[in-house]
Amino acid sequence: MKALQELASKLLSDGTVKVVIGYEQGPRGVRPAFITDPAQTSKLIFDRRCTQNLATYLNPRRKHIAALGKAGVVVKGCDARAVAGLIREQQITRDSVVIIAVRCGGVLEDPTSTAELTAETTSPRCGHCQVREPKLHDHLLGELPPAPPVNPRRTEQIAALEKMSAAERMQYWNAQLERCVRCHACREACPMCFCVECRAERALPQWVDPSPTARANRAWTMMRVMHQAGRCVDCMECERACPSNIPLGLLARYIADSVEQRYGYKATDDPGVPAPLGVFRTDDGEEFIR
Amino acid sequence: MDWSPKIVAFVCNWCTYTGADLAGTSRLKMDPNVRVVRLTCSSRVNPLFIIKAFERGADGVIVSGCHTGDCHYSTGNYYARRRFAILHDLLQLMGVEDDRVTFSWVSASEGNKWQQVVNETTARVKALGACQPQEKVGQAAQ
Repeated sequence: MKALQELASKLLSDGTVKVVIGYEQGPRGVRPAFITDPAQTSKLIFDRRCTQNLATYLNPRRKHIAALGKAGVVVKGCDARAVAGLIREQQITRDSVVIIAVRCGGVLEDPTSTAELTAETTSPRCGHCQVREPKLHDHLLGELPPAPPVNPRRTEQIAALEKMSAAERMQYWNAQLERCVRCHACREACPMCFCVECRAERALPQWVDPSPTARANRAWTMMRVMHQAGRCVDCMECERACPSNIPLGLLARYIADSVEQRYGYKATDDPGVPAPLGVFRTDDGEEFIR
Repeated sequence: MDWSPKIVAFVCNWCTYTGADLAGTSRLKMDPNVRVVRLTCSSRVNPLFIIKAFERGADGVIVSGCHTGDCHYSTGNYYARRRFAILHDLLQLMGVEDDRVTFSWVSASEGNKWQQVVNETTARVKALGACQPQEKVGQAAQ
């Protein structure tokens, strides 16, 4: 993508940014690239395989990247929501990052694949997308491609779960979560997981058992989902990062739907909108209170 | 073997704890299954407390605080209400029966309501049986 490479080269040459975080072709599919030399910007690409959410590298906890200096980051609409989230929660300031937004026509679920976008290969998150042309940006590149095909997998899974009884759901999640090895890759990939010390690693008091037992896995997953409630940008990086293929995106979507239904909040790329669990209305529903 | 449920109650200091105290001093008869944990406010109840209680083998949980509008800290329970609503949905999705978790508002003068919350929750949890009885605490996933 010529415009992207030229812009990155210009930003690096004139010193506006010290590093451009974008995508490049790796030995096994598309991977994140950290370009500090203007001569290297020809490596940058953007196409349907650029699934990764690069906003996660703006996380101030990643000191080795922060040490490179001011970053320019290539974002899709979904990633722009994560950048907005980091600004909203005062992890970064708006002027500490140059946002290079790209108009997006959907991405593949698997960045190592070379398939075309179809209902099976497109990321299930793209079906919900309403920010294919992000408003939060310094530079906006590309033409708006046609809307991607909708991958119905996640919606179908949620519908199936909703039909189950409590015991069946318990069984379903036990079967899923017993594969969890507690590598915490979901947390590491998540752009909104930026705590300096994670509750899961605190030993005194120990909140969550660090060993991969069935109960501890359940507690860990539920804790992470609760911490992400109303903050999750639904980029599905947790699910992609999971080595055990646990459908974490399912939980994320279900809770996002619940937040939207109850409080009318959708993940947005506007940093000015407050997080729904940080505010309240006196007439919030309380049908669940006995 | 006689099984009787373990129920953990997270209550706010200003309303429900005082209400529970009133229930006690009024000699109201209540099931002895509920262990009360006193906290400053219902918004002090981190959803993790409830998750942790289930992880460590509780069969039921009660969360109770001041009625909305009556919070000692003015707005604590409004924030708590949003959090509990989402936690309620999450627990449902994860397959924890609705009847195991009771969210309620009990004021300092509602000793009778506290008695009712305790007895009804205990009855509901008894009807459901132990939570995840097939799996002991600390047992490794296969």
